[in-house]
Amino acid sequence: MDANKIIDVKNLIKKFGDFIAVDDISFSVDKGEIFAFLGPNGAGKSTTIKILTTLLTSTSGDIRINGHNPELEPDLVRRMFGIVFQDTSLDDELTAWENMEFHGVLYDVPKKLRRERIQSLMQFVELWDRKNSLVKEFSGGMKRRLEIARGLLHHPKIIFLDEPTLGLDPQTRNHMWEYLKDLNKKEGTTIFFTTHYMEEADRIADKIAVIDHGKIIASGTSSDLKKETNTETLEDAFLSLTGNVIREESASSVDHMRTNRRMWKR
Amino acid sequence: MKIYILWLRQIKRYLRSKSRILGSLAQPLLFLLAMGYGFGSVFQKAGQGNYVNFLAPGIIGMSIIFTSVFTGIEIIWDRQFGFLKEMMVAPMSRLNIMIGRTMGGATVATMQGVIVLLLSMLFGFHPYSFIGVLFTIPVMFLVALLFTALGTMIASLLDDMQGFQLIMNFLIMPLFFLSGALFPLEGLPKVMSIITKLDPLSYGVDAFRYLLINSSHYGIGLDITILSIITGFFLLLGGYFFKKIQI
Repeated sequence: MDANKIIDVKNLIKKFGDFIAVDDISFSVDKGEIFAFLGPNGAGKSTTIKILTTLLTSTSGDIRINGHNPELEPDLVRRMFGIVFQDTSLDDELTAWENMEFHGVLYDVPKKLRRERIQSLMQFVELWDRKNSLVKEFSGGMKRRLEIARGLLHHPKIIFLDEPTLGLDPQTRNHMWEYLKDLNKKEGTTIFFTTHYMEEADRIADKIAVIDHGKIIASGTSSDLKKETNTETLEDAFLSLTGNVIREESASSVDHMRTNRRMWKR
Repeated sequence: MKIYILWLRQIKRYLRSKSRILGSLAQPLLFLLAMGYGFGSVFQKAGQGNYVNFLAPGIIGMSIIFTSVFTGIEIIWDRQFGFLKEMMVAPMSRLNIMIGRTMGGATVATMQGVIVLLLSMLFGFHPYSFIGVLFTIPVMFLVALLFTALGTMIASLLDDMQGFQLIMNFLIMPLFFLSGALFPLEGLPKVMSIITKLDPLSYGVDAFRYLLINSSHYGIGLDITILSIITGFFLLLGGYFFKKIQI
């Protein structure tokens, strides 16, 4: 086992019944690297992230997060990463500060340190003056910023970001990446993210892996991928690798529920 | 500490939703007033005494079963709003998450039960003794725990709120109506008598009646024993199903 690899995945397979969501993938991420995990909808990105972050168990394969197996030592692994999910995961009925406090307690951050960090993180994401507002009054961008602050509260070694910039305006997006890059440089925090914005991956990631139909079909730096596919931009490289067919993603029950909720609200 | 913060979250959410508190008080009060005073004279003539006094413990049981099943089922909302994920990736066991949530939900339901008890006293309910009222509170918590665990179990098996109406009509309503909350358990037809014996809420309401109006069908000892056993069993089952939730 290479000590420099903070995420090391070998022959990971995940099946849901007959459906193979993740089909024998292997990849690794070095300590302090910014790693982009790209793929069309339904390619297996979120499933892989869920397995890495202990939310799902794999069908087979060997995973190491900083040398530990997430299935055998879940609590140890959980302390090592922070995560910003694709959909918000804040409690709307609590205030911004209470959401942070809740997280800090769950991750055993001692009280004094917790209070200090909550203040400095919330100041950084420019939400400190809104600390006593209920989260349900926040805009999408504010929620995202709060989630990033929350994900960093326990000083994780890795931060997972599943489409963190979806629906954010360019200002917020830039601000967010500035901060994350800064964190990466200063603290050596490894960043693992997915995105559909190719120029974002091109600009920010040290290394990229492209997954499609549950298999990793290419990996390397952005210029490696462009060279390999003989294209000018990462977007073209991505399309040349994954084809032009639009993917259907079956709506999950949660999506159905969202639709219903919208209906009720009207 | 972690269990405490999960508990605290439930309490905060409850105290903040004033409309929910008011809304969930309307139904029990309506039952108490319409039925309590509507059937009062018939009940009296049948030689059964004061119907409001008889009914109030049943209505307390009603508010507890509705509130606690609902707080249990709220896990579905947590899943929808994504907050369940935040809890699931935190370094704590699934069992502790379930315990914290269930304790919180049961506390909320107990608070609701106490409010209904106090309100019913305003509307003509006379408890037998003050000590009895005090002892009712831990029994309320036990009943609330039982049904919150049941709600958790159901929520772990459901994917979305679509099934909620089904659960309400085919599980919670029958549990309430067949519990003896509204009628005396003496002299029931054989089938009915068996059904009420299978309904855990029967024992809860019976225990409330023992403590509040000093009248009991099964006896307080049997009530508490059965409630404790079923609560323990439902907590285990709830914990088991909660562990199996996939996000």
